[in-house]
Amino acid sequence: METTIWTDPIRVIADWLTQLLVGWGLPAGLVFFIINLLGVAVLATGAMLFVLFLIWYERKIVGRIQDRLGPNRIGPFGIFQSIADMLKIFTKEYITPLGADKVPYNLAPIMAVGGVLLIWAVIPFADRVYGVDLNVGVLYIIAVGAIGTLAIIMAGWSSNNKYALLGAFRSVALLISYEVPMVMALLVPVILSGSLGMNDIVRSQAIWYLFVAPIPALIFFLTSMAEVGRSPFDLIEAESEIVSGFNIEYSGLKFGMFYVAEFLHAFTISLLFATLFMGGWRGPGAEQFPLLGLIYFVIKTFFVYFVVILFRGSLPRFRTDQMMDLNWKILTPLALVSIMVIAVVEKALAGSSLVVRSASLLLANLVVALVALQFLRSSGKSQRELAESAGAQVVDTVSTREHTSI
Amino acid sequence: MTPVQLIFILAAAVVLGAAVMVVSSEKMLHSAFWLIVSLFGVAVLFVLLQAGFFAVIQVVVYIGAIAILVIFAVMLTRRVMDESGPQLTRWWWLGALAALGVYGILVVVLRSWAGFTTPIAEIPAGGQDIVRLLGIALISPNGYVLPFEVASILLLAALVGSIFIAWEKR
Repeated sequence: METTIWTDPIRVIADWLTQLLVGWGLPAGLVFFIINLLGVAVLATGAMLFVLFLIWYERKIVGRIQDRLGPNRIGPFGIFQSIADMLKIFTKEYITPLGADKVPYNLAPIMAVGGVLLIWAVIPFADRVYGVDLNVGVLYIIAVGAIGTLAIIMAGWSSNNKYALLGAFRSVALLISYEVPMVMALLVPVILSGSLGMNDIVRSQAIWYLFVAPIPALIFFLTSMAEVGRSPFDLIEAESEIVSGFNIEYSGLKFGMFYVAEFLHAFTISLLFATLFMGGWRGPGAEQFPLLGLIYFVIKTFFVYFVVILFRGSLPRFRTDQMMDLNWKILTPLALVSIMVIAVVEKALAGSSLVVRSASLLLANLVVALVALQFLRSSGKSQRELAESAGAQVVDTVSTREHTSI
Repeated sequence: MTPVQLIFILAAAVVLGAAVMVVSSEKMLHSAFWLIVSLFGVAVLFVLLQAGFFAVIQVVVYIGAIAILVIFAVMLTRRVMDESGPQLTRWWWLGALAALGVYGILVVVLRSWAGFTTPIAEIPAGGQDIVRLLGIALISPNGYVLPFEVASILLLAALVGSIFIAWEKR
């Protein structure tokens, strides 16, 4: 298999650029550095420009869910709406509140976007197209999520505004709580593929992990939506409650950076879900032609992104205590139990074929799901009975009072 | 000077400079942020020692959890927004003298250390993945399974203690 631009695009382009720059007389080490820097710049800029398309896509779909058209004036089907918004945000004035802490205030939007773009460095877009092949890729993603959390604290505190601080507190409590089941759900592809690297996880998904371990996939999906701050978990920027939370005092491009960071993060978790649980770039013919792998990957990612937007358009917002209940009382025990069950089943059937292992893992997951549903149903029934008996007592006291008054 | 040495000097300068700023900032939250910068520098030092796993774990645990906890504690302190008094106490020259004395003793003791000129040795991995070897070492009876389990029990004790403290008395 010869190395053309269709079978190994990154290597071909890098070799051509190296030859060009060395031919101009630059030392080899500097050329290596420049080419890597160029790759980083292309990836980051491409991701940021892609957000324009994502914003338009989301506005159209949310509009259709809400029985209206979405943007349709600027350009055919409103596709230039994002560019118009971008130009508007670029030209707005930066108003820094009095008493704001300058350095964290200005650093927070940068860290928020940086925390999302850094994830794009480890995602394998196709067979030989990726930023860097870290052998601890999954852990790196969690570490980078911590940077995003830091950015929110910095934004909330340095705005010198009570509501921003309250919003920052609530959102950071939410984010660090939902990291726990997310990390545990991320352990399952690691167990099933035996490596922390993203490339290895994609390569060992002959059968998608979505069909082998659906419960950890569901947990990862829910917790990543909470990490982004997406509806129904959008407590972070509940406009009707705390006046848009930690980014009240930001205007112009700084607010634009938070906005871009949120949309890009929503797309990035779709990318991660597609990579870890839906086989990434795998598909017929993807090993030879990376372009085909990229197409499969994009289709899978947009499928997941569409589901994320559906969630946003149709569900009402959770309260703080409901979110914490969901996390600590339902998702964390479920994640723990499913890790134990999957580890035991995987070790017990280590010698069997792939189909036997996958089928038994799926069966084990379904058993765990049924048991969990049984728990939830019985606890819901007991809570309903408690509420009904309390309501019946109230009705009784009212009727006896009426009797005595007569 | 090799690139590794250059990066080490930069990372060490960041760690030390940020540590100095931690203790000499006027606002407590600035100290917390400088602590985060210092911890990032330590993560870079881990990478230089070919322990990429620990660099990422450092970011996840120290910066993603401990530093955020420190920031929460600082923000919930009541008088954090006020300006504190003068930064230096009255006997600051005594503290500086003690620090210089300790530094002199360290220089004298470490002058004959051979580690300054030995190159960084490769981890004896035998071609296997380092993370895999770490995992095997943590759970093998010939390895470090006992300290691992004792540390887990310690964390469990801390978790149970914190739940007990935060429990609402009915």
